[in-house]
Amino acid sequence: MKLHFDIALSHLRGRQRQTIVSLFGVVLGVGFFLAVSGLMRGSERDLIERLVDTAPHIRVSDEFRDPRPQPARTLYPEGAVAIRGVKPRSERRGIRQYKQKLATIDAIRGVQAAPLLVSQAIFSFAGQDEAVTLSGIMPARMIGVSAIENDITAGRLDAIDANPNGIIIGEALARKLSLAMNDTVSVVSPVGNVRTMKIVGLFATGNSGYDESQTFAQLTRVQALMNRPDVANLIIVRLDDAYRAQDVARTIETATGYKSVSWQESSKDLLDALTVRNIIMYSVVGAILLVACFGIYNVISTVVLEKTRDIAILKSMGFHAGDIRRIFVIEGALIGVAGSALGVAVGSLMMRGVQRIEIKPPGSVESISLPIYWGWDQFLLAAAFAILSAVFAAWLPARKGGRVQPVDILRGAA
Amino acid sequence: MSILRAEKLTRKLTGEVPVTLVADADVEISRGEFVVIQGPSGSGKSSLLYLLGLLDRPTSGRVLLDGEDTSGFDEDRMAQLRLEKLGFVFQFHFLLNEFSAVDNVMMPMRRLAKLSPAQQRERALQLLHDLGLEGQEYKRPSQLSGGQRQRVAIARALANDPVIVLADEPTGALDSKSSDNVRSILRALATEQHRSIIAVTHDANFASVADRRIEIVDGRIVPPPTSTASATP
Repeated sequence: MKLHFDIALSHLRGRQRQTIVSLFGVVLGVGFFLAVSGLMRGSERDLIERLVDTAPHIRVSDEFRDPRPQPARTLYPEGAVAIRGVKPRSERRGIRQYKQKLATIDAIRGVQAAPLLVSQAIFSFAGQDEAVTLSGIMPARMIGVSAIENDITAGRLDAIDANPNGIIIGEALARKLSLAMNDTVSVVSPVGNVRTMKIVGLFATGNSGYDESQTFAQLTRVQALMNRPDVANLIIVRLDDAYRAQDVARTIETATGYKSVSWQESSKDLLDALTVRNIIMYSVVGAILLVACFGIYNVISTVVLEKTRDIAILKSMGFHAGDIRRIFVIEGALIGVAGSALGVAVGSLMMRGVQRIEIKPPGSVESISLPIYWGWDQFLLAAAFAILSAVFAAWLPARKGGRVQPVDILRGAA
Repeated sequence: MSILRAEKLTRKLTGEVPVTLVADADVEISRGEFVVIQGPSGSGKSSLLYLLGLLDRPTSGRVLLDGEDTSGFDEDRMAQLRLEKLGFVFQFHFLLNEFSAVDNVMMPMRRLAKLSPAQQRERALQLLHDLGLEGQEYKRPSQLSGGQRQRVAIARALANDPVIVLADEPTGALDSKSSDNVRSILRALATEQHRSIIAVTHDANFASVADRRIEIVDGRIVPPPTSTASATP
């Protein structure tokens, strides 16, 4: 192998300029591959992390995935039953016996759950009315399930336990209505109940839409305000391992009967779009590398052509066709390996440069650095793809070199 | 005892105009014999040499090397035989320009890998010294004269201790002094080392030191004159 390596290296040294150009192609190919892939995967992971961190992993709502079967269908499962003009029974909305359901969910390993009563309300302050979403929560449970505690900028989440008339609102809403900590505001429920509540906390998630419309109060207080005592219409669930959400959601749905939606299901369209984006991204960066490998094909084809006489001599000495192929494949692999190594360094620099760029995403109030994924797997993928492409690009002329018949060349040279 | 025997060797090129390069050639070479192949240009001398050297396959007939029939061998087996038993010298030195003289000589040894790297280098240096190339070992072919290059090529041909050295116009591109030198070397290889030498040549001086001449015309070996005929004035 050392012999083949030495001959391969001598060929590449003999065509330094062409070798450097094709090497440069691979370096740039790998560099751009890493920069684009790092950025794309970084933004993908950032998005998923935001999804996973800010939203519950599973939402159990007071809905059913499929309409409940009609009694006639249950009674005659094999019968030809036709039912028309069905009027759904008016039922009290909410999760029935939510405390029992909560206990069932709590029994699942690695799971934390919090009940909510989510409703609409009107904030009335200084002559201004603002429609908001009012969520009744249990702060002790909410802390383990939602990231809202981390976004509190004034007061504490459990202040609504200490003061049952306390309410926590977003900073954006406070700015809009000129509200401040300890101010009082009139809250009107859809059933017409009015209660004066005191601002005991402010939060800022960075999502302006959420910060302007979401408010939190004690669960029992909201139940009273909405005339829905002992009712929750949503259970949010957080898992130790967010990627178990689909399985756990199925388990919860089977156990409770209520529609349980994992974050993957609720973001399916987004995740599918990310998959499509990844396919496009890898196609483009893969194409860049393939184009770079045409350079390798070019240089090795030229070397094969130039070294036909040497090939004939080596074969006359007793080198096998496989030896000749190996020499030229090693040439491609050498360019691939050297190009990958340098490309990884160049790619890392490009990634570092991209990471320094700060942008302000729409709907966000803070500037963020462009997210970059630094996982070793993409470095491995880029290097492996470059080396394999280089070997493939070299294989075609190498095969041609292996087929050289020494007699044809020696006759011509004589 | 023949080291190489060819029976009814025929080599035809197919194409729009079929050409017969060699026809029904019977050749027998003994160990330590120095044989030259002579004939006019285009008569099939080199083609016969390539067939005998297992570089080309006959259209019909067979070549037996050291008693082994090579007709059914695949390319790799033929290459292995060339590596182990045959050495080639061509009109042009055909050295690898990127490597030094000693590296060129080591090339077949490295491929065969029977000796350790140190032994390979030692043998290569010894061969170069034996051929009068002391002090030239680490020069590249471009830094050597024509005669020196050809001697490096001979050293390379001898690297794996071949039983037969095949030479195609080995003095064709050399001046008379270098030609004499190469001729003496090949002669000594046959006489002193009992290697068989088969050389194609136009050079009468070169041919004069051979043990036997094979005359070829239009691809056919001309039978040697009988003793009666040669006695006729």
